[in-house]
Amino acid sequence: MSLEEYKGVYIYAQQVDNELSNIALELLGKAKDLAKDLNTEVGAFLLGSDVEPLAAKLAEYGADKVVLIDDPELKDYRTEPYTQALTAAIHEFKPDILLIGATAIGRDLGPRLAARVHTGLTADCTQLDIGNFPLVAVPGQEQLHNQLLMTRPAFGGNTIATIACPAFRPQMATVRPGVMQKIEPISGATPNIVRFNPAIEKNNCYTEILKIVKEKSQVADISEAKILVSGGRGVGSPENFKILYELADAIGGTVSCSRAVVDAGWKPKDMQVGQTGKTVRPHVYFAIGISGAIQHVAGMEESDIIIAINKDENAPIFDVADYGVVGDLNKVVPLLTKKILELNASKEAN
Amino acid sequence: MKIVVCIKQVPDTKGGVSFKPDGTLDRAAMLAIMNPDDKAGLEAALRLKDQYGAHVTVVTMGLPKADAVLREAMAMGADDAYLVTDRVLGGADTWATSSTLVGAVSKLDYDLVITGRQAIDGDTAQVGPQLSEKLGIPVISYAQEIKIDGEYVEVRRQFEDRYHIVRAKMPCLLTALSELAEPRYMTPGGIVDALAKEVTVWNRKDLKDVEDSNIGLVGSPTKIAKASDKVKKGAGEKVVLDTPEESVEYIFGKLAEKHVI
Repeated sequence: MSLEEYKGVYIYAQQVDNELSNIALELLGKAKDLAKDLNTEVGAFLLGSDVEPLAAKLAEYGADKVVLIDDPELKDYRTEPYTQALTAAIHEFKPDILLIGATAIGRDLGPRLAARVHTGLTADCTQLDIGNFPLVAVPGQEQLHNQLLMTRPAFGGNTIATIACPAFRPQMATVRPGVMQKIEPISGATPNIVRFNPAIEKNNCYTEILKIVKEKSQVADISEAKILVSGGRGVGSPENFKILYELADAIGGTVSCSRAVVDAGWKPKDMQVGQTGKTVRPHVYFAIGISGAIQHVAGMEESDIIIAINKDENAPIFDVADYGVVGDLNKVVPLLTKKILELNASKEAN
Repeated sequence: MKIVVCIKQVPDTKGGVSFKPDGTLDRAAMLAIMNPDDKAGLEAALRLKDQYGAHVTVVTMGLPKADAVLREAMAMGADDAYLVTDRVLGGADTWATSSTLVGAVSKLDYDLVITGRQAIDGDTAQVGPQLSEKLGIPVISYAQEIKIDGEYVEVRRQFEDRYHIVRAKMPCLLTALSELAEPRYMTPGGIVDALAKEVTVWNRKDLKDVEDSNIGLVGSPTKIAKASDKVKKGAGEKVVLDTPEESVEYIFGKLAEKHVI
């Protein structure tokens, strides 16, 4: 493998039902940073059936080039045809870096693809940089430059590792939704579309989708919220989440929760923040009755402002909170709601 | 029907973690349990055994002490067990791990291979799909329900906002979510039997068609540049005020100061 032939920072532009997933735009934001450091272009692999209209949005969010792979076989996600298509695209376009969303699709497609093209894949990266490998020059070992350095938590958030893929290309990473930031769209950007036919063939690895059942999510997408009002076991009961909803309504936020709450069956899994739930980075994160287990903190510590309310003075949540209040949430939260509502009313009156 | 379940002994991540000087994990120094998603996968296999009749084989790659999770699996009802262990296999990333497992699993008969979705130490969710690729069989990840229909398997495959009912011709690999099945307990009789049963130990030389360049630290495309304990974000202010009113005043003030309200 001649590594120099591999150029460009590419993303897998995930779409579901011919709608781009947010993660695709977030990855473009990061890809643009990396491409700038490498003085190269940003490419997007867009796969699906009749998905050409999506190319414009990819351009607006930073794709210099959109490789369009349009085939009826790619209508709904299935591992094998998608792996075949992307394998062929990698061989044709030779990306230096390929970023994939750590979604239910990306975490299936990424590893299968990396295994087929024989390269490394680093899962769930929280930080991506261009740098040297080894980080510090070691006598007797060539120090490589312009490498993708992929940083990720492991061991339930207890440790953090930075990983490189020095001898194989593309350097592949998956990134969870909500971790990277999309750019302000460049309105009117016209996509540079390159059509590519990967010549997909049916084989024994094909699966058949018998049925697709959409589960209408009962809750707002917590990873999109600007303000999260998050409750833990300390809230005491599912009924008592009412005071969190009232605060959220008053301040224009969304309610989320900790793993303990999901494990207790109080709230559905898609409201869970943390290592095994969702990663969030809202402007304001209220941690209410949340002790702050490391698994939870791993999913919310990037929030701009963290406000903790907990009756246990020694709760670890106070170690990450910007503003911590030791007190009874049952008293503090309703009072805070009342005060915000009064403020809202006075603003309306003016 | 023959089912191979791949399980992993993992450090209990609630305890402390430690590293060797080369930046790789010092697994020997940590408490070990059967990875939860793998246990759910094993339970799913045992339910298929109960329902349709099946021979369930468990395979693990790890240190010699990983024998313990194989015994536990047999005490739950697995029929036989293989431990793949060798110094040269250490330090493997998911590419090298799946290459190693392929060398073991391909020596066994199987209609289904089941792995956990992900392990709680690495959290990568990559070994299952990579194993399927190298075995040349279909994969259905994130399995929540499994039905057998003749030579086909039908699986409820979970996504964020939907599920697919997916059908694949066996042999096929499934990755199990811990939601798939609540694992059964070991029975006293099972424990006694498991201790009496033999765990087959395979070393490097027993692996089928595996190149040295694809295993262990050397065969891993990804390299650790740096590993460390997480640096905690510095704590901000913590206040203990006498009344809820004062607490609210404090929070309210901060929200106003930061232009949130």
